[in-house]
Amino acid sequence: MNEYSYTALIPLLPLASFLLLGLFGRKYLSSVSGWLGTGSMLVSSILSLIAAWQYFFTDGMVNGAYQKIIAIQYTWLQFSPNVSIDMGILLDPISAMMLMVVTFVSLMVHVYSLGYMKGEERYATYYAFLSLFTFSMLGLVLSSNIFQIYIFWELVGVSSYLLIGFYFDRPAAVAASKKAFIVTRFADLGFLIGILILSFYTETLDFNLLIERLSTPTPQLTGIITASFMGISALTWGLVLVFIGGAGKSAMFPLHIWLPDAMEGPTPVSALIHAATMVVAGVFLVARLFPVFILSAPAALEVVMYTGVFSALLAAIIACTQTDIKRVLAYSTMSQIGYMMFALGVSGYYAESGAGYMASMFHLFTHAFYKSLLFLGAGAVIHLVHSNEMKDMGGLRKFMPITHLTFLIACLAISGIPPFAGFFSKEAILHAAHVNNSFIYWLALITSGITAFYMFRLYFSIFWNKASKIHDNHHGEGTWSMKIPLLLLAIGTLLAGFIPFSSFVTADGIPYHSVFNIGFSVLPVLFGLSGITIAWLLYQKQNERAEKISGSLGGLYHAAYRKFYIDEVYLFFTKKIVFNLIGKPAAWFDRNIVDGFMNLLAVITQEISALIKELQSGKVQGYAIYFFSAICALTILFIYILN
Amino acid sequence: MNLIVLLLIPLITSLGILLSRGIIQIRVISLLGAMLQLAAGLFLLAMYWSERSSGNNAQMLFESSYAWFAPLNINFHIGVDGISIAMILLTAFVVLSGILVSWKEETMSKEFFFLLIFLSLGAYGFFISLDLFTMFFFLEVAVIPKFLLIGIWGSGKKEYSAMKLALMLMGGSALVLVGLLGLYFNTNTGNGSHTFDLLQIAAMNIPIEAQRIFFPFAFIGFGVFTALFPFHTWVPDGHSSAPTAASMFLAGISMKLGGYGCLRMATYLMPQAAQEYAWIIVLLATIAIIYGAFATMMQTDLKYINAYSSVSHCGFVLLGIGMLTETAITGAVMQMVSHGLMTALFFAAIGMIYSRTHTRMVAQLGGIMKVMPFISTVFVIAGLCSLGLPGFSGFVAEMTVFMGAWQNAETFYRIATILACASIVVTAVYILRAVGQAVMGPITDSHFSNLADAAWNEKLAASLLIIGIVAIGVAPFWLFDLIAPVTETIMLQMGNAIVK
Repeated sequence: MNEYSYTALIPLLPLASFLLLGLFGRKYLSSVSGWLGTGSMLVSSILSLIAAWQYFFTDGMVNGAYQKIIAIQYTWLQFSPNVSIDMGILLDPISAMMLMVVTFVSLMVHVYSLGYMKGEERYATYYAFLSLFTFSMLGLVLSSNIFQIYIFWELVGVSSYLLIGFYFDRPAAVAASKKAFIVTRFADLGFLIGILILSFYTETLDFNLLIERLSTPTPQLTGIITASFMGISALTWGLVLVFIGGAGKSAMFPLHIWLPDAMEGPTPVSALIHAATMVVAGVFLVARLFPVFILSAPAALEVVMYTGVFSALLAAIIACTQTDIKRVLAYSTMSQIGYMMFALGVSGYYAESGAGYMASMFHLFTHAFYKSLLFLGAGAVIHLVHSNEMKDMGGLRKFMPITHLTFLIACLAISGIPPFAGFFSKEAILHAAHVNNSFIYWLALITSGITAFYMFRLYFSIFWNKASKIHDNHHGEGTWSMKIPLLLLAIGTLLAGFIPFSSFVTADGIPYHSVFNIGFSVLPVLFGLSGITIAWLLYQKQNERAEKISGSLGGLYHAAYRKFYIDEVYLFFTKKIVFNLIGKPAAWFDRNIVDGFMNLLAVITQEISALIKELQSGKVQGYAIYFFSAICALTILFIYILN
Repeated sequence: MNLIVLLLIPLITSLGILLSRGIIQIRVISLLGAMLQLAAGLFLLAMYWSERSSGNNAQMLFESSYAWFAPLNINFHIGVDGISIAMILLTAFVVLSGILVSWKEETMSKEFFFLLIFLSLGAYGFFISLDLFTMFFFLEVAVIPKFLLIGIWGSGKKEYSAMKLALMLMGGSALVLVGLLGLYFNTNTGNGSHTFDLLQIAAMNIPIEAQRIFFPFAFIGFGVFTALFPFHTWVPDGHSSAPTAASMFLAGISMKLGGYGCLRMATYLMPQAAQEYAWIIVLLATIAIIYGAFATMMQTDLKYINAYSSVSHCGFVLLGIGMLTETAITGAVMQMVSHGLMTALFFAAIGMIYSRTHTRMVAQLGGIMKVMPFISTVFVIAGLCSLGLPGFSGFVAEMTVFMGAWQNAETFYRIATILACASIVVTAVYILRAVGQAVMGPITDSHFSNLADAAWNEKLAASLLIIGIVAIGVAPFWLFDLIAPVTETIMLQMGNAIVK
């Protein structure tokens, strides 16, 4: 027991809420389940704030660097004297930060859902699943053991599956939930094998020991982990495999295909899971193992970097063509996570060279606010017009002033316009990229221009453009439980950028003072503003310009609209290859060859017995003939042949 | 604790069933008997812990021995260690829930419940035997009731399936018999006589030539029971034709007799051969895992899906045994327990669905979550356990196997491990397909909308199994600690074999 023991309550309260609502919610607690879930989340959030405060301002800093504090640790499964799966709570700058992000956004979503999900038949189940997700996500960010993180990794996966498929009578939702689970499972296979590799060499599953042993390996260990397998060192293999797991959860190319479909889930769920928390788990994982990446396997970090920047650009291009507002947001999430990934990729480790790491975490932090705000705002819009399609919207600003205002703030933030939160974090990322890799920098800069364009295309299409089709505003903007989270998140979006992030979260744990360079910011802001201007020209009023441009782009536009046919490639692979070329032959082989052989054995036995059963027919005459002929045969044998 | 109690309870219960009149009496006696079994199992576990914590380090506890046929040195020698206790507990759980699920069985109910209980007698006898001959005897006791259960109460092409199952399992038994006789005649207790005693044989040095010949007999023989590729084809037909409780017993208990036998008789008693043949075991197990998973993907009948997935999951048992590292073997035993509980739950859920909708075809089902939330939730839980979700037993067992298997650093074994790991993706595919089509989606058949959800007995049965699954999934250490000391002795035997 120590002064951080209470942190155990942070994940355990949502767990308790899940068990209570899961077991008894439907029958006995249906009407209060929302309040129950929200209440436990509120306590959990307060405890998180206390823990983070205590960590950052009282105990965390020792000798000028933030330390890793093991608050709690229990052995869960002892494989051998050295190797064990422990369940523990590890507090360090990133887990303390994630604690705040997860509990805050989750609380906002809990509150929002009080209004949004009201009257839903499976209201209690919904809150049970939300609690399960929050529990798993908190377990994930607090993990002190690499296997523990894998366990919670799978649990967030399944809560995501359950929530995407919440409306289980819609075939599209069922298909989307299945797709999300299977694609991320495929990625998790990489993660699992990565864990096996890393733990085999280091003989531990404990994060601190693992990182310590791999980032400053003994000469003996160096020899083993740099031994090459197919031209790549064992450690690089392990880390890349772990990263594949992260890329799956974080929807990086080419494992991103599940994210847009995941929008079939209730919108508050998209805000929580598929925007602010679960999808950044991959970034968190790389950040957690960052010392190993940077100090021992820079090649693996390059993979992270290129995957990140490519995903950012690809998603931004696709986002420009989508018409379902949630899908636009999904692609923008993917794009922003790409930023976080390549920011890690361009980072160094010590002091200010680790600015990329700091920027990545900063962006994760600010993104959580404005992206969940965007989703919740989109939810309010969908609530009003009962459609996800842009063509059914337009001119909504008069009907929903609060949603309009907060949505605008979030759009400005994601476009990197000062003084909103996204500006500061994106600035930090671009700066880090500029210092380390100008190719990445330019790609990122172009992407940020595209980002501003598609976000304002979205904004104008919803709130301006044509006149509203809504005549009687029968249920208005939604309940206050829906508006308050919007306002709180908007305040977060306004203020989060002013946090001196480098004083809290840095790659090596030693705070530094980052200098803000106004001159550098001019170009990115110009890119952002021009994106907004183009969107304004094309979409602020209903006109033909956008149609003409997309028409003139022809094939390129169409390819982007069809998401570059990546889904079709997967479909081909699974349907044609996995099912038809592996599954069907396997099933056929089993029925006809393996089992056929067994049946053949049975038939042969039967045939032989049919042949020889006459020998024991029970007919005395028959026996007399066999007897007589045998005697004759023996007589001939003895007299004429053997003689 | 005298282990004979474990045999007396089912024996008396089955006699009681024979003497009872009316369905109520039969039900009550069976239920009481099954509850007593579980109580005895839990009591045994408690006794085992108290013995161990008081410093009793004997390899087997609660041993007793009775001469059965002295001239051939056949003794009724019984005793338990951690693995046996895990198996006994598994049996008790599955029996009780099986009895509960079959509560409404009304055709020839006396015979039905008698056979179920009698089958458990065979299983307990098998798990406590320390004498190869009595072990074999109880193995046979456990086979015959299955033939009748499927042949009489089954569905579909039940005669074919019953015959196929009985013949293949009998074939397996015949191989086991050759194996154990081979062992017997290669033992020497000093005065030229032979022994069937497990512990005595373990202390001896069976000549390597004999091991080479008889290991395959014993291993393949038991392997047939645990769906060793390519001797697994009785599994799909047997399961799909069997009545619900029989499927549960078959997958939950009978298939475990095989894994237990492979480990106890083949690997433990013939360690050198086990090392020499390890690659073949691993090869066959890997094929079973991957190929079983892909074959499952194409199935359209829920029972076939679960049967084929059992082939795949039992592959993990054999893989763990073949990898010959302490953790892997421990994982194999955990997988036996986990798979037993999980498939029993799966079959129970399928039975509940079938008894209401009268179809097991995935394509004909759909949307039953709406009308039968409890049953559907049970089905989903069984599915999630099967695809290895943390919190349920399947995850812990599989991960232990993987962790152990990875310790075997030769390239061949590494590739096998990676392939086995890859099966978790395929498993997710077929489980989620089944769940998505059968349970979720819109209601496909209007008749479904007025079907009733689970009755009390079904709820109880499912809850019991889920408790078992979660108890392992959330707190695996107790099961692990039960098994690990035993695998340690097995590994010690391996180590000694290398020295010899």
